[in-house]
Amino acid sequence: MEQATAVQPARPATGAPPRRRLADRDGLLAWLFLLPSFVYVIALVGVPFVLAIGFAFSDVTAGDPSFDWAGLDAFRRAFDDPVFWQSLRNTLVITVISMVLIVLLGKILANILLADFRGKWIVRFLILLPWTTPVALSTVSWLWLLDSIFSPIDWVLRQLGLLEANMYWLGRPTLAMVSVIAVHVWRLVPLAAVIVLAGLIAIPKDIDEAARVDGAGFWRRMFEVTIPLTLPVIAVAALFGAIFTFTDMAVVYVLTRGGPTNSTQVLASWAFARGIEGGDVAQGAAIAIFLFPLLLAAAILILQAVRRMQVM
Amino acid sequence: MAEVVTTEADAEQLRRRYARRHRFSRVGVYLAAVLAALLAAGPFLWSTITALKLNGDLYDATNNPFVFNEPATLDHVVFLFQDTAFPTFLWNTLWVGVLVVTITLLFGLPAAYSLARLDRPWSGPMGIALFFVYLVPPTLLFLSLTRIVVALGLQDSTWSLVLIYPTITIPICTWLLIGFLKGIPKDIEEQAMVDGYSRVGALVRTILPLLFPGIVAVIVFAFTITASEFIYALAFISPSSEKVVSTGVPTELIRGDVFFWQSLQASNIIIALPIALVFTMFLGRFVSGFTMGAVKG
Repeated sequence: MEQATAVQPARPATGAPPRRRLADRDGLLAWLFLLPSFVYVIALVGVPFVLAIGFAFSDVTAGDPSFDWAGLDAFRRAFDDPVFWQSLRNTLVITVISMVLIVLLGKILANILLADFRGKWIVRFLILLPWTTPVALSTVSWLWLLDSIFSPIDWVLRQLGLLEANMYWLGRPTLAMVSVIAVHVWRLVPLAAVIVLAGLIAIPKDIDEAARVDGAGFWRRMFEVTIPLTLPVIAVAALFGAIFTFTDMAVVYVLTRGGPTNSTQVLASWAFARGIEGGDVAQGAAIAIFLFPLLLAAAILILQAVRRMQVM
Repeated sequence: MAEVVTTEADAEQLRRRYARRHRFSRVGVYLAAVLAALLAAGPFLWSTITALKLNGDLYDATNNPFVFNEPATLDHVVFLFQDTAFPTFLWNTLWVGVLVVTITLLFGLPAAYSLARLDRPWSGPMGIALFFVYLVPPTLLFLSLTRIVVALGLQDSTWSLVLIYPTITIPICTWLLIGFLKGIPKDIEEQAMVDGYSRVGALVRTILPLLFPGIVAVIVFAFTITASEFIYALAFISPSSEKVVSTGVPTELIRGDVFFWQSLQASNIIIALPIALVFTMFLGRFVSGFTMGAVKG
């Protein structure tokens, strides 16, 4: 009893007892706090998601938005167009090549950022630029960098005597693909580096020091200590790189518009071209659905990698 | 005695060898850092040079593109602000960003507190679900969302972005906030509740002030996402006066075959530098937030 009275005076004198009831019921509060976000996300992510799948089996167009069941018509229209298959192939090629390069360069960049040197802040700032700048704007820089006449890359090659006229980076199918991949790698390597860096910092220092005392050199420590320990983080970096590559359409849209003659078209940009610019919403939805299996696989793998990190 | 001298000489030799190796690796680190910075920032450097060039200098394929062959000029930057819709884009991006950030915090803060602290059986799976929602890309949803925006009468209006962008920012920012909340010891609000505050009172008076650095980081993060988004802005809005920077610059400053290259590059730099600057300042905080969010608390 004495204890209870001792606690009493500590309460604010003005605190009205009825108010405490609602504001203290954790179970109810937990729901009340979560509900607004939950409703927002269900209404504007969940519903559109279901709708997107529904559209793929409909005959919805921009001009006639009434929903009628059309079975697999939209898929048939999409499959009959060779550009769809080209887009699917391009999406896979761009994603796989970009992912490998993003992880390799991201790991190297993370090691650079981990080292201690003067002017680190400015280097970090410059390295983050490609990732933090809105994609559409940084791609405009590349558009000019790869210009058919005034590209400075061509100028350097001409000065070195390696080139007579111009490369026409965005005008030739293979070079255009190389350009798109280069921009994706360039803009996502900083993200991968930051993710890997977070993993490197989390490794306890004594493990590395123990290996050093035991006489392991830089490369041995790198391949037998650091990389095995950071493998889950590297996997997360790779999967994020992949997701941001294959779901993006800004790079292709600004750089090549899918050209020359659809040779750099990807699923996202083709869905946009059909669904918004062409007004065939159903076909656009049918094309976009093919992003989903890739996405699901990546998401599940990320989850597994994160679980493994927690086990350690 | 002789032995001691040789070991001292050996020690000196070893020290010198290590010093040399050390210098070598120092030079290596600096070289690698400069090279990485150049590769990353190269296109922006090129943009900066371009933005300040006279037409006669720029459009001469024989000129060295990396130096000013004729005097530099600010004409094209002035043109960007006076004769293009760029200030409108900038203003639209700004107010959309401010509103989206506000909505994000209003919805995300309570949600994060609920998931991080009011331990329910569903808190864990909900947190993971939130993360998956962030992974659902705009490319999958833009067609159906366009129909919804049209049905709501918001097509061709910047308000459509205020409505839709929180679907991207709420999940990811809640995730970040959960991470920051896990970094604050539970004892603090428990002590406040022992002292007589209600759960909500403890949240407002003790947790919110401590969470402030995290909230600032979330504001920066949400604003950056908003400014960078491209597909929704492109799909929902076509009139120039309603566009934001990310769509306005690449679609409106290129008229047919006429590219206002210097102004385009100037706008790019004007947007890129401040965002990267703020982001660099907050990088450590973002990393700790995301890392903590993934840790069981």
